[in-house]
Amino acid sequence: MAGNIPINVKITKQTSIQTQRRETKASRAVQILLTTVALMFFVLMLLVPLISVFVKAFEQGVIVYYAAISDPIALEAIKLTLITIAIVVPINTVFGLIAAWAIAKFKFRGKNLLITIIDLPFAISPVVAGLIFVLLFSTTHGILAPFLSAWGLKIIFAPPGIILATLFVTLPFVARELIPLMEAQGTTEEEAALTLGASGFKTFWLITLPNIKWALLYGVMLTAARAAGEFGAVSVVSGHIRGLTNTVPLHVEILYNEYQFSAAFAVASLLTVIAIINLIVKNLVDWKIKQQAKL
Amino acid sequence: MNLSIKQLRLKQQSVLPGFGITIGFTLLYLTLLVLIPVSMVFLNSSSMGMAKFWEIATSERVVASLRISFGTSFFAAAVNTVFGLLIAWVLERYTFPGKKIVDGLIDLPFALPTAVAGISLTTLYAQNGWIGKLFAPLGLKISYTPLGIVIALIFISFPFVVRTVQPVLQSIDDEVEEAAACLGATRFQTFFRVIIPELLPALITGFALAFARALGEYGSVVFISGNMPLKTEITPLLIRTKLEQYDYAGGTAVAAIMLIIAFIMLLIINIFQWWSSNKHKSR
Repeated sequence: MAGNIPINVKITKQTSIQTQRRETKASRAVQILLTTVALMFFVLMLLVPLISVFVKAFEQGVIVYYAAISDPIALEAIKLTLITIAIVVPINTVFGLIAAWAIAKFKFRGKNLLITIIDLPFAISPVVAGLIFVLLFSTTHGILAPFLSAWGLKIIFAPPGIILATLFVTLPFVARELIPLMEAQGTTEEEAALTLGASGFKTFWLITLPNIKWALLYGVMLTAARAAGEFGAVSVVSGHIRGLTNTVPLHVEILYNEYQFSAAFAVASLLTVIAIINLIVKNLVDWKIKQQAKL
Repeated sequence: MNLSIKQLRLKQQSVLPGFGITIGFTLLYLTLLVLIPVSMVFLNSSSMGMAKFWEIATSERVVASLRISFGTSFFAAAVNTVFGLLIAWVLERYTFPGKKIVDGLIDLPFALPTAVAGISLTTLYAQNGWIGKLFAPLGLKISYTPLGIVIALIFISFPFVVRTVQPVLQSIDDEVEEAAACLGATRFQTFFRVIIPELLPALITGFALAFARALGEYGSVVFISGNMPLKTEITPLLIRTKLEQYDYAGGTAVAAIMLIIAFIMLLIINIFQWWSSNKHKSR
């Protein structure tokens, strides 16, 4: 009897695999059809627009490409975009870490409302995101106009406005990457460290940070990429003063509207390279997090 | 002492330090950067009076822009729901060469600046562009028409449905489908009676996310739409136009409408996400 049971199991297993193959896997023809349609949509909607940026950028040769990206006005735009990234990324990274610590590591009332408020910049149209800072800081229509003129400050149609609008639109990225991961990781490791006498800061530095480093890296990457590429909000607050308040995406718009298509695509290709690096980092991080989860 | 008792009521006890200071900083930052600026829209709209607000909200150009925005966003989100489900299905269930690369590139629209997407799509779908050329003999114009807006919105909101459906497809056990098959269901019946109901919350969430994102989109549409008032002028663009004409009151009133719509969408999305996660927790 005892010897019979494994054989029985083996047989049922085999039949079940056979039925599964027959009944729950679509026929080869359906598979090929669905895959072909899906890939056609993918190629047409995603791949062709991506490739066309580079084709159009180099259409008139490398010399035109180089001239477009080394033009003094383009360099000024790149400089302003880099300054914006340098200010926005550290501030929103620190905010993301602090907010994620409070939200993910503690249980308190109103947590969901707080997460929704963090999500607000994602839900609001970029144009409205620009407008709200105009309503606050415009020297003609802003509510703070009297203070600004008294102090001689210019925020709207100047770099500070661009930085504020970018801070707003990139606010959620780091926090949104960290909160779900830190919630899933729980607090047991930190509790152990604290029980063993580590200080709060040491616990964060030696326990929490190593656990979240890959998600943090991706959050920082997303913040930087969006800060470099933000168009709508920045376009409302910038005033489009060439060489002074033009970021890289705004420079692309000006070139395009002046029918300098090759130059526009050349500058756009720089932003596209950032986007591709972004995707590579994302996939690397996903893979690293999966590996961490396996351990 | 009083403070700690009050804290205990609001939050559960924890040995972890730093709740007070981190939550304090979070609230301060959000208030300064999000709540106060966003409330400015409502403050300015309410100071103009209900009659004026209503007059702007029901003006021909505003109504036309809302109709165009809602129509094109709905159409784009619907297309993305069908193709998003198809692509998620193919990526999760089938194997084909280059699958990893396709999966990795799905998020491209989130990573690519909208202005870049805008000029690229406009050039492709213009009458002398790579794709527009194919449709020109049929008398079909894409760039500078509502169809062009739809194309841009499909592009920028494409990843939402794929990324909401994928994890749910992963979590559906083979046994459920096997059971359906054993009970005599055809492949077609299993798909529509077993898999689709299971995916429904994720599909609706993905649709709502794509729709919400498409409603607010500006950067890519501004290039491809042609921006003709009453015909191809979307609502965010109308706000921008009003601001450029120094009509701050008008721009703010339209922005208030957009904000209210955004809040409603956020509420709907949260409800469906909660439904979706509950559905999969309960099993």
